[in-house]
Amino acid sequence: MKIHEYQAKAILARYGVTTPRGEVAFTKEEALQAAQRLKSNICVVKAQIHAGGRGKGGGVKLARSAEEAADIAGHILGMKLVTPQTGPAGRIVKRVLIEEGLDIKRELYLGLLVDRASGRVVFMASAAGGMEIEELAKKDPSAILRETIHPAVGFEPYQTRKIAFRLGLPLEVVNYATPFLQALYRAFTDTDASLLEINPCVLTGDGKLVALDAKMTFDDNALFRHKELRELRDFDEEDPLEVEASKYGLNYIKLDGSVACMVNGAGLAMATMDIIKYAGGSPANFLDVGGGASSDQVKNAFRILMNDPAVKAVFINIFGGILRCDVLATGVVAAAKDLHLKVPVVVRMEGTNVEVGQQILRDSGLNFTIASDMKDGAQKVVNLAGGPR
Amino acid sequence: MSVLVNEKTRLLVQGFTGREGTFHAQQMIEYGTNVVGGVTPGKGGSKHLERPVFNTVAEAAKATGANASVIFVPPAYAADAILEAADAGIALVVCITEGIPVMDMVRIASVVDFQKTRLIGPNCPGLISPGKCKIGIMPGRIHKQGNVGVVSRSGTLTYEAVDQLTGLGIGQSTCIGIGGDPIIGTPFLDAIKLFNEDPDTHAIILIGEIGGNAEEKAAEWIKANVKIPVVGFIAGQTAPPGRRMGHAGAIISGGQGTAKDKYAAMSAAGIRCVETPADLGSTVAAALQ
Repeated sequence: MKIHEYQAKAILARYGVTTPRGEVAFTKEEALQAAQRLKSNICVVKAQIHAGGRGKGGGVKLARSAEEAADIAGHILGMKLVTPQTGPAGRIVKRVLIEEGLDIKRELYLGLLVDRASGRVVFMASAAGGMEIEELAKKDPSAILRETIHPAVGFEPYQTRKIAFRLGLPLEVVNYATPFLQALYRAFTDTDASLLEINPCVLTGDGKLVALDAKMTFDDNALFRHKELRELRDFDEEDPLEVEASKYGLNYIKLDGSVACMVNGAGLAMATMDIIKYAGGSPANFLDVGGGASSDQVKNAFRILMNDPAVKAVFINIFGGILRCDVLATGVVAAAKDLHLKVPVVVRMEGTNVEVGQQILRDSGLNFTIASDMKDGAQKVVNLAGGPR
Repeated sequence: MSVLVNEKTRLLVQGFTGREGTFHAQQMIEYGTNVVGGVTPGKGGSKHLERPVFNTVAEAAKATGANASVIFVPPAYAADAILEAADAGIALVVCITEGIPVMDMVRIASVVDFQKTRLIGPNCPGLISPGKCKIGIMPGRIHKQGNVGVVSRSGTLTYEAVDQLTGLGIGQSTCIGIGGDPIIGTPFLDAIKLFNEDPDTHAIILIGEIGGNAEEKAAEWIKANVKIPVVGFIAGQTAPPGRRMGHAGAIISGGQGTAKDKYAAMSAAGIRCVETPADLGSTVAAALQ
């Protein structure tokens, strides 16, 4: 789960990480009041969306007075912000962060993530703040400092000093850096984060480290033990169909093709998207209905797929291990009848009672095409959706 | 022969009396797996599926001589269940549970000695040596005893591959679902090493997916060490970057973990790559000719 910058900064502040003074605003009026309360010569208005590259898209602006900040906020609120990470559709800005301007001497990159290979949390740092870490990793991987943290002992002071010295921080800042960096690690582990990035972390004229930006992503599997984090979820930042699907325990991701698919198992669901592409079509979604796939779930899945107007045909690809094909077929027929399904549906199923299941589909009088295997199914569905592109 | 599990496997079921545990224990018993008992804290001393139930794994291991355990406990308690099995000296621990917090795995990975305790999973279908022993949730009937080793991050894709093999009359030595989470006990490399040492495994199917670089690491080792044919597939060629595709570990992040990179590494290692899983069986058949 992603959260907004201002929410991440509030969490970090609770752990003792220094952040700029600032407030979130939902209207121009609120922005004016927030800027007035700041009493800062320069303030920054930052669009709050769950995507990076906001500055490049015109979502971050400087203001020299509270009135100017309010005018900028009025302009940014409601605008469609397009950044390299939002895609061409962009995002509508509904919140802005009004912050004090700082006297910046240096910009650093700080980040934490779980390294899959070592199974440990890794702290990353670079003197090239403001630059995307992915870009830096490509251009100059040696410029990224890494410290692997042992969960039993935590982020040790010798490790934080190592980073601070190698970043070339002045001696008086090095000592102050240890609690700062340790606070970031504590915030990361306490909240079950999967990613924490401070880009940039700035060194100010008066020798302070301040988290000028903050990005936090949390492990969805751990949200059950973080009620306070669950409340930070912003549904406006998610695709409405994906939100709807998540209510029914369906794993759905909307894509931009015309062949919808309904599959059991994440690996098979990905492979089904791939084989649609291979057959010359383009997948409209990823959808894993899980191992159970009850008739209720099949129905909800169908309804969500049909809400996407780009869908021209549906491919159901189920490898029933434990699941019985007759039960699945009954669910599919009931759902198709209930929803008055207009588009053609290709069904490929494998598992117990497969013949009975196929017979149920044939006897339904509905527009089902039965496929013998995955490849056959992909070819059939792509043809029904208008042929290869 | 086979790897990790065979006729000598004596299995405990953790979360024995729960809905999932009961159903799959029954299926495993029907397949012929020697399920020697189970663990459900608070139900020790009773019988379930005609087998003894214990309060702790330590007690169960001592009483039954179990050498393997399969975990069906809910995600919030699963990491603890893995630790308990490891602490009781169980040599093979198979964790089926999906949805364990990553930080829980970080913590236990630092204390469990994976050389002593072989962990399969979590978030996996388990493993099977056809005709000998099934530990997990895969449909036993699609398998056939034979000489192809299958290792995969995905459950249903494994079934897909196995079904094709069996349909072509080609049996399997052992099929291992290593799991779809970012931190797992047995990455591809470890599984491939086991197959490479098994004289009765004559070919290997490797089914990977986007995310991480475990496929690349395995490919590098295969290039230098594996003489038998390896057939590979990677799911997620059309997956958008930055999105988690069902499995917690299936995500392209920061440009890392793409299907393209994995295919390139596998091709460079001499692995026979297929573009769709529909071609896995026939490619193995051709390689074994």
